[in-house]
Amino acid sequence: MKKELTRRKPFMSQAGGLFFVLPSIITVIIFVYGMIAWTFNVSLTNKNSVSVKKLEYVGIKNYTDLIHDERFTHSLSNLVKFTVVFMLGTLITGFIMALLLERGIKGEGFFRSFYLYPMAISFIAMGTVFNWLLNSARGKEAGGLNLALQKIGLGFLQNDWYVSEKGAMYSMAIPAVWQMSGYVLALFLAGFRGIPDDMREAARVDGATEIQIYRHVLFPQLTPTLLTVLIILGHVSMKIFDLIIGINGKSYVTQVVAVYMWESTFDQHNYAKGTAIAVVLLIMVAVVVVPYLRYTNKQEAYR
Amino acid sequence: MSHDLVDLITTKHDTRNKKRKLNGNEKFWLIFRYVSLGFIWFLVVMPIYVMVINSLKGVKNVYLTNAFKLPEKLDFSAWSVAWSGTNRNSPGGNFFPHGLSDSMTRTLLFVIQSAIISAIIGSINGYVFAKWKFKGSNFVFTMFLFGMFIPYQAVMIPLVRVATNIGINKSIYVLVFAHIIYGIPICTLIFRNYYEGIPNELIEAGRVDKASMIRIYRSIILPLSAPAFVVVIIWQFTSAWNDFLFAIFLTGGSPKLSVATTALNFITGSSNQVYYGVNMTASLIVSLPTLIVYIFLGRYFLRGLLSGSLKG
Repeated sequence: MKKELTRRKPFMSQAGGLFFVLPSIITVIIFVYGMIAWTFNVSLTNKNSVSVKKLEYVGIKNYTDLIHDERFTHSLSNLVKFTVVFMLGTLITGFIMALLLERGIKGEGFFRSFYLYPMAISFIAMGTVFNWLLNSARGKEAGGLNLALQKIGLGFLQNDWYVSEKGAMYSMAIPAVWQMSGYVLALFLAGFRGIPDDMREAARVDGATEIQIYRHVLFPQLTPTLLTVLIILGHVSMKIFDLIIGINGKSYVTQVVAVYMWESTFDQHNYAKGTAIAVVLLIMVAVVVVPYLRYTNKQEAYR
Repeated sequence: MSHDLVDLITTKHDTRNKKRKLNGNEKFWLIFRYVSLGFIWFLVVMPIYVMVINSLKGVKNVYLTNAFKLPEKLDFSAWSVAWSGTNRNSPGGNFFPHGLSDSMTRTLLFVIQSAIISAIIGSINGYVFAKWKFKGSNFVFTMFLFGMFIPYQAVMIPLVRVATNIGINKSIYVLVFAHIIYGIPICTLIFRNYYEGIPNELIEAGRVDKASMIRIYRSIILPLSAPAFVVVIIWQFTSAWNDFLFAIFLTGGSPKLSVATTALNFITGSSNQVYYGVNMTASLIVSLPTLIVYIFLGRYFLRGLLSGSLKG
């Protein structure tokens, strides 16, 4: 018996742990990092159509071509418009929801559960509904959101929504805000409730008004939460794909980077271009996420 | 984790002094809060309300101009069309050839498989990263986490290529594999965070008894893991169910491999005459499984959701 126990001992060593995660490490190295490298490699070649027989390296030609590709710059500027409106809208809506709930109120659970349910539904399913509701007809023919706006006396807000070139991306942000606000609510609610009650009490004893308490005591405590929210929303926004496809398919007016990548790859079979777009997208996301990962990692170390 | 985000969110917090009567100003703010909450509630519920009521108006008589109006009489015909499709002999013709039934069954089966396998892998990884660290394990863990944030477009073309070469793209297992592989980071993270909360004394006690780390996992850690398994399984279930990107890239337009989201997109994106009653019903059917999971296990869903922020 004793012998067996001592024989087991080496298993306690650090290497034992490594042994059990090794399959996952190898998988991640191959399927995440390896495939990113592969993608990058394809983006440096001339694989611009199916008929290319002789693969050659063309350097960064595919990337410089992107700069002059009107459809790419269009999808990039669409993405920027979308990101600004989506991030601001979701941030403000979610924050207001959290402000309304954070002190506790009768029926809180009811409201909270409803505010969070959109997160459980797919962008594709919601896209179908918004595709219908955001119809551009106005006046007597109006339906959906335009009709609702007429009914509540906000008829002047009636819009072409995603049909017109001008407002398309902003109206795409509406369903996105609808879907993601709950996430922001959850993060801020946790942020508010992580602040010890004593801090409010102390400020109150010192004679601070409620507004002063929020401004000078509570809001500064929420800075880390705000950072998290911005990172999450930022990377969701840059990757936005399902929602756009669900509402408006591959239409030019609402095309964003991820959708254009799909189109280049599948409709044009231009793999070199598709991979180049994917690499650009990856870099955009990495610029936001990598510092955040490092920041979180450092914080963990202090725990 | 030092404190749990979901507990923070869901524990009742009333910072108001309850015994005191509200003065006029406070009353005003309370009413203001309820009115605002009610208004937001209305906006949040609106799309699902539109889905539900328009699914009960039948196939033909659904117009945008009365999208918000309740049906005059209940008509479930859109449900049977969305579920089983129509054939050429049916009245109105072959306007909706593929119902959702096949794709829904297919999705359910593949999603459950990938969720369970993901959870098992996540549990083992999480245990190592939390309690059985090796040199460089924190670095490796951060490398994993990056994989959770990448736009999957950056791996998609090679992935499609590999899947085609080994022929797996002809079966739904291509999606099982994709969701397991790209689910490794988040599943590991959720389990690691959960296991970090288990006191080290329990492990120490096991070691004093000369139990191996594997034995400790089996007899101490695993029996405590049920909540984390629920969180991960629900998370993987929901995200695989709602996934569109992997499905469209890996199974393409093949109707034989369509899953809930791609089938729905095929229906609503088709250029045939559009029947909005059927469209609304189909989106509702596709949303129901994840909605039901949310209704019954919302707390666990929320926990998975917040893990994605690396905070809880």
